[in-house]
Amino acid sequence: MSTSLYKHYQHAHCESGVTANLLRHEGIHISEPMAFGIGAGIFFAHLPFVKVSGTPGTTFRTWPGAIFKRTTQRLGIEMHTERFRSPERANQALDNVIATGKPVGMLSSVYYLPYLPEAFRFHFNAHNLVVYGKENGQYLVSDPILEDVATIAPEDLAKARFAKGTPEPRGFMYYVKSVPQHIDYTKAIQAGIKQTCFFMLSPPLPWFGNKAVFLLAKQIKKYPQKLTPRKASLYLGNVVRMQEEIGTGGAGFRFLYAAFLQEAGQMLERDDLQEFSAELTKIGDDWRNFAYHAARLMKDRKSDLVSFDQLSDLLRVCGEKERDLFGRMQKIKW
Amino acid sequence: MKTNEVPQDKRDFKEGDKIHKLMYAVDNDGKYTGITSAGWEAENIATKQAWDAVDEELAETADKVKRGELSPIAYYMQKSLMEVPLLAQYVGKWQWQVKRHFKPSVFNKLSADVLAKYAAVFNISVDELKSFGK
Repeated sequence: MSTSLYKHYQHAHCESGVTANLLRHEGIHISEPMAFGIGAGIFFAHLPFVKVSGTPGTTFRTWPGAIFKRTTQRLGIEMHTERFRSPERANQALDNVIATGKPVGMLSSVYYLPYLPEAFRFHFNAHNLVVYGKENGQYLVSDPILEDVATIAPEDLAKARFAKGTPEPRGFMYYVKSVPQHIDYTKAIQAGIKQTCFFMLSPPLPWFGNKAVFLLAKQIKKYPQKLTPRKASLYLGNVVRMQEEIGTGGAGFRFLYAAFLQEAGQMLERDDLQEFSAELTKIGDDWRNFAYHAARLMKDRKSDLVSFDQLSDLLRVCGEKERDLFGRMQKIKW
Repeated sequence: MKTNEVPQDKRDFKEGDKIHKLMYAVDNDGKYTGITSAGWEAENIATKQAWDAVDEELAETADKVKRGELSPIAYYMQKSLMEVPLLAQYVGKWQWQVKRHFKPSVFNKLSADVLAKYAAVFNISVDELKSFGK
């Protein structure tokens, strides 16, 4: 019982990767950057008061589930989505769908996925993966962040799909129901870019969008006075992890989004999008530079090679350049 | 980032070298392409630091359990990377109940049922749970 026709492609990010893989199986040749951009995946938020394992929450992407939902809606693809009360019912429903040859996307907790290395297994409940068959009592898994396919025992998959915490996946699964004859990429790309600019620039609160970059810069400046060296180092480390660890494609999704702008520019034959792409690539390099110096500060906690002040300045420059870029992108005449 | 600048710094802890992730970088013509990376020193330092912090705190808790200040539940909770709210959800208890179970005197009187629940969440046997630190 396996959809032998399913082809696994490795991607940077789990959600845009699963979206691209499921759509490709239906004959829609969409790249990961395209799925990410149409779904308006790029974002920034910093929540000093929401502590995730003791450190303030930082994210470089939009909330889980949004990319997948927006991308499929904008392309006019009909999806089936379902949650379950019990693992038994969830596994049964999954078996029924893969028996028809359809690959199924689902939410899981990375902590309960034995095929991942221990270094990446923590209680993160919004990891997306595809199950595309069952062989010898094991599910065949296409995890977009891996180079190759993997297998998982039904008990383990059930644990991962019914993990507790926030958000609770409750067995959430989804698959493509029907695909339209004609897809209007132009409209979808425009809608995605407009939404991205709106979310980056419009939130009136300091914790969301571009404003939050400046908030984080301000906070980092205060770390040496407010925190012990150990805490300050862990706080910084968390920002670097969110920016660079598994699944961002580098520079906190900035490179992934720049790749989208480039592809969109080619598709719509617009030079301005290509230029925005080149600009964002440079801003991505600035973010990498920030991470590089943050890591040096972490490594030698008393080092004065780069101070927290300088680090804060590096970050503010990223914020200013992005405010300018998204501001001009918002004014594009379509 | 250019394709030839994509770092290949191996992650040499907790099987981290098993994954080569995909990065996006531009080639000489400025065209974006996907390229796999073994890791980057900056990010490896951050990840390693986070795991070291977990291990340090776990070692402290292990000592406290051995000195009779905390119950093994506190140790295995940390070992499973959980905090009180999450563990409480998993065992179906209130947070104050779980915190009470951190007291060795209360832990020693827990029923077999409750111990079995904790052991199942920690993926260990009841004996392992009861005998830790002794």
